[in-house]
Amino acid sequence: MDFKADHFVLFGIKPTFRLDLSDLDSRYRDIQAQVHPDRFAHAGEAERRLSMQWATHANEAYQTLKKPLERAKYLLHLAGHDIQAESNTAMPPDFLMEQMEWREAVMEARDGGDHHELERLHNRLRNDISARYEELGQLLDDKAEFALATDRVRRLMFLEKLLHEIDDALASLEE
Amino acid sequence: MSYSVKVIDHYENPRNVGSFGKEEDGVGTGMVGAPACGDVMKLQIKVNKSGVIEDAKFKTYGCGSAIASSSLVTEWVKGKTVDQALSIKNTEIAEELALPPVKIHCSILAEDAIKAAVADYKKKHGE
Repeated sequence: MDFKADHFVLFGIKPTFRLDLSDLDSRYRDIQAQVHPDRFAHAGEAERRLSMQWATHANEAYQTLKKPLERAKYLLHLAGHDIQAESNTAMPPDFLMEQMEWREAVMEARDGGDHHELERLHNRLRNDISARYEELGQLLDDKAEFALATDRVRRLMFLEKLLHEIDDALASLEE
Repeated sequence: MSYSVKVIDHYENPRNVGSFGKEEDGVGTGMVGAPACGDVMKLQIKVNKSGVIEDAKFKTYGCGSAIASSSLVTEWVKGKTVDQALSIKNTEIAEELALPPVKIHCSILAEDAIKAAVADYKKKHGE
């Protein structure tokens, strides 16, 4: 195994956004079995340490490829596109305005204990997010439009965070 | 992670929350967002005839550090000319609030929000 190989090479799969998750799962389990510490219980110190490093590396690679947003970021990284998640704060004003409105609606529903409204917001956002992942698949896999994909990934980072906040609000109402 | 006393103070008693009408005379509006944390910030300045920022308002959806950073800069810009406001650096904000490295982007967000508000003001007022 090669530490410098990218995550797709590690699992022996094609570097695409659309991927077969159950196939990825079984490939990950194969690698895990190969580097499992139990198999190195009687090996030397150096070999044991190496197997630990491999297990950690494979786990990180798996976590990255498993989640669509992380996978998209990774593909852009491989293609040499920096998403500037921390350094670039410029976003289209209409998108930011919409984000403000969403967040206001979530806060209002949470403060009013409106479970039903939060669920409605959750479902609406879920649908919006899955449509955006569909589009991202086309941009990354079919069209190789990386600049546009970078913009879409930046937007999705806000939406995933928002979804997380809605789910937190729902959980806090259930307590 | 623990917040500094100053962050908690601004978070619990944020200064200048709210907004001006976008079309109001002398108002510049800046909107920015940080994908890394999903924070969204709107910062507005109200500039008088002599080019001095009389008042500022903000609305931020984000973590305590983002709210504190925007609250702090609305205090700082008051009484400054628009060009003086442009000289505020994120490092000063981070230092004043004792932000940890993982929260530096909150101070970048606040610096960029001022720059965007000033740019909007200048655009509207033909500078």
